[in-house]
Amino acid sequence: MEKEPEQQKCVCEDSSTSAEEQPGKSGKDISRRGFLASLGVGAAVAATGVHLPAKASTEVMPAGNLVRISLQINGLTHSLLVEPRWSLLFILREKLGLSGTKVGCERGECGACTVLIDGHPRYACMMLGVESEGMEITTLEGLMDGEKLGPVQKAFVEEDAFQCGYCTPGQIVAVEGLLRKNPTPALEDIRTGVSGNICRCGTYHNIFKAATRAAKLKAGKGGA
Amino acid sequence: MNQQNDNLYFIEGFLVPETPAHGEDPQPWKETQVVGTALPRIDAYERVSGRALYPSDVVLPNMLHGALLRCPHPNARAKRVDISKARKMTGVFAVIPGSASGTNIDWSYRGKGKTKLFDSHCRYEGDAVAAVAADTPYHAWDAVRAIDVEYEVLPFVSDQRKALDPQAPKVHEEGNVVGKPEVYERGDVSKGFAEADVVLEQEYTTMTLLHTPVELHGCVAKWDGDHLTLWESTQGVFAIQGEMARALKLPLSKVRVINPYMGGGFGSKLQPGKHTACAAILARMTGRPVKIFLTREETYLCTGNRPSNIMTLKAGIKKDGTLTALQFTATGESGAYPAGGVQLLDFQIRELYACPNVKCQSTDVYVNAGPARPFRAPGHPQASWALEQMLDALAEAAKLDPVELRLKNIPTYSQSNAGNPPYTSTGLKECLEEGARVFRWKEKRADQKAKQEGRIRTGFGMASALWFLGGGRPPSTVVVRLFSDGSANLNMGASDLGTGTRTIMAMIVGEELGLKPNKIQIENADTGTTQFTPPSGGSKTVPSDGPATRAAAVHVKQQLLEMAAQDLKVKSEELAIVSGKVQAKNDPSKSIKIPDISGLKTRGVIVGVGYKKPNPSDRAINPFCAQFCEVKVDMSTGEIEVTRFVSANDSGRVMNRLTYDNQVYGGITMGIGFGVTEGRVLDASQTGKLCNKNWHDYKVPTALDVPAEITSIPVDPHDMEANSIGAKGLGEPVTIPTAAAIANAVYNATGIRVTSTPISPPQLCKLLAEGKRKG
Repeated sequence: MEKEPEQQKCVCEDSSTSAEEQPGKSGKDISRRGFLASLGVGAAVAATGVHLPAKASTEVMPAGNLVRISLQINGLTHSLLVEPRWSLLFILREKLGLSGTKVGCERGECGACTVLIDGHPRYACMMLGVESEGMEITTLEGLMDGEKLGPVQKAFVEEDAFQCGYCTPGQIVAVEGLLRKNPTPALEDIRTGVSGNICRCGTYHNIFKAATRAAKLKAGKGGA
Repeated sequence: MNQQNDNLYFIEGFLVPETPAHGEDPQPWKETQVVGTALPRIDAYERVSGRALYPSDVVLPNMLHGALLRCPHPNARAKRVDISKARKMTGVFAVIPGSASGTNIDWSYRGKGKTKLFDSHCRYEGDAVAAVAADTPYHAWDAVRAIDVEYEVLPFVSDQRKALDPQAPKVHEEGNVVGKPEVYERGDVSKGFAEADVVLEQEYTTMTLLHTPVELHGCVAKWDGDHLTLWESTQGVFAIQGEMARALKLPLSKVRVINPYMGGGFGSKLQPGKHTACAAILARMTGRPVKIFLTREETYLCTGNRPSNIMTLKAGIKKDGTLTALQFTATGESGAYPAGGVQLLDFQIRELYACPNVKCQSTDVYVNAGPARPFRAPGHPQASWALEQMLDALAEAAKLDPVELRLKNIPTYSQSNAGNPPYTSTGLKECLEEGARVFRWKEKRADQKAKQEGRIRTGFGMASALWFLGGGRPPSTVVVRLFSDGSANLNMGASDLGTGTRTIMAMIVGEELGLKPNKIQIENADTGTTQFTPPSGGSKTVPSDGPATRAAAVHVKQQLLEMAAQDLKVKSEELAIVSGKVQAKNDPSKSIKIPDISGLKTRGVIVGVGYKKPNPSDRAINPFCAQFCEVKVDMSTGEIEVTRFVSANDSGRVMNRLTYDNQVYGGITMGIGFGVTEGRVLDASQTGKLCNKNWHDYKVPTALDVPAEITSIPVDPHDMEANSIGAKGLGEPVTIPTAAAIANAVYNATGIRVTSTPISPPQLCKLLAEGKRKG
């Protein structure tokens, strides 16, 4: 197939293939607060997590402009340039290579992208990178000790609590979050705890068993 | 190097099964030591740690992201596609409308229905109009939204009843009936109905279901010169390779498809999508890898579905329960292209129960909606919804127990396959009896006779099933390699959909060679490095690739024993493998450690090749199943809670008890979706558009919808004829009768027969209110 010369022209100079290549576009001139207020959905989401001024700004930031943020992920600080509309999920998977956080719907329905934010399970697809600053983010990878599985992961292996394994990272993080809040959950607590995580293979029955086993494993280790 | 004194990989004290001579089939296993145990999956670590790399996880240097513009109308002509604004946008590298060079590609739906990659006539909402590649998915979608399309919106039809009206808009020139109706007939149904003491007739309908595997459909495409590599989330890498080679006019040797892990398919990932071709074209055009993963909404529109069916079933029995006649007339929605709207729909009507007089007619219908695709046991759960509710009604009319009625009509041979071959095994009787015993069916139903009062009513129901495929089938080729230290590599083309294929095949190798399954290295699902096999689907992966794997391991053993025979100066047929050594059967002093065998040292590797042989032509091989359930119905809200399930399955040998039970739980969960929560809604009267294209509005079962108590009962008839491993497949049969069992339980609780899926609160409320009015 011949290349189409015209389309090669579309390689725009300001295309942000790599955030690090574009230090000049840090977007310092636009405050994060101003951006959030200008973006309907972002503002609605942020309203619960970030304190916003009551009056909305009319300032609109062009797509492609980047802002510098700093994220605390699994105990490490990552400094990076992002478009303000990038979801935390997109940043984790496509920019940081943390593919243990999966993508299923990007609309807060399936839970495949569940991460812990300050210890609580949240959907990474429903959070913007810019609003995740200052929070302690834990992904599936953060539950490991080197190559060693964490107790919830071990319990999932032993109870065969997955089939295709794609929703599994989200399920594991949801159970981790549940057990941090409630170390001895009853069956109904577990059901509710993972009810925001769809498993289309239908392995819930074994997920319940794994959560129960994980609680015991954690207790045996003094709540590791 | 070789750590000969440490047991790194073999099972201590394990005498491996007899090794047949070259050209002879291995004997069926009698006792097994590895196969059948509850071994945790050998790839569990990768899946729970996030190390498993699924196609959607692939990020390559310089990679671009693609997105497709899809037609928003159910029937329209894209008259003008203006990309001038889109191609100038930030981060955009390429935009391809149908007029771009290299996009004039013929497209079909698994070989049926001729269209184009970008057909200007879009016959369903979601058909592809153009595609974009940009540096981020955000920029790609910005550009998609900036493409300006002038559509000529055409009249549509999105309902199969309306489509059959001669005045309806035509989806295709030839009309709205796909091909000719499928007809099956044996005996004389009018004679059968005349002989019956009870005859009932009822219409049943099922809604369209969406597969919605959690990993989205998509791929990454990368070119190295004229060599295309695709990481596609698929059930069959060789199917993708074949179809993409054909579409792009490349030899198979220039298309490599890789997919060792995939995030669910259920039949929707047996074929490439238009995204696959778009990614390949955009990657070639830009000289960069291109990743296209669909949005969840797109997967609802264009990655297949379980078609909706309208079925009328008329059935007759004698007083003693003997079935005398079954007459089945059905239509089904293929979608906008021929895609199997009535595929395998009548199989259970023909086969599940002994009945001398059967007549089936199934008509496949075009509508302006996304084409169907096979969905876990195509056709079977829909027909089960009709047949198993009908049997329940017949049993009540004849004052028989539903289990007794089924036991009265158990077939011993295939009634509709040519020559009426006997089944290798039919565990239907055992499934019914064992399931009923464990469920305490008789006691529960006897208690039920007392009239229930109050708001919450409890009901008990059951249903049985068979699946049309059991013994697997050729082709399948598997390679097993023995390394110089005696550890092994298993090389197979099959995808592991989450059914445990890798684990089960490793257990087969372990059984034959005395190796620990979790020490076996596995390569699978890569057209560049693994062996040909059709897509994983139809519950045929274990019965097809399993025997091929066993044959490959046997081939390794034969060569190893011949090599050892030379060292030990003992005939190879007198040798056996035990604890990492080869030794004479009657003189254990004559033995040699596997790494010390001269022939193995010289060659450095032993390569065993195994093939799936054809099934016996004079036998029918099918898995059977019976399920029993308890439901609680809220008489004021119409909500139902499924509180208990028992599933008894004859799927032949249990290969791994953990993955076996897991399939049972998963099949029942999916059946609950079909029966209680799921249904695609099209705005048939106004816009023809899909109304519930997300998991919020289209509700799949969650952790709150499954029973706390599910019991899996394997009924193993020790089938020595099905194939060399004796397994018949489980994944599909276990989801077939679930919805009908629930419907029968709801009837038992309420006296209301729900003949349309799903048994949703609004529907049940309405039926309960109507029931009250009738008194």
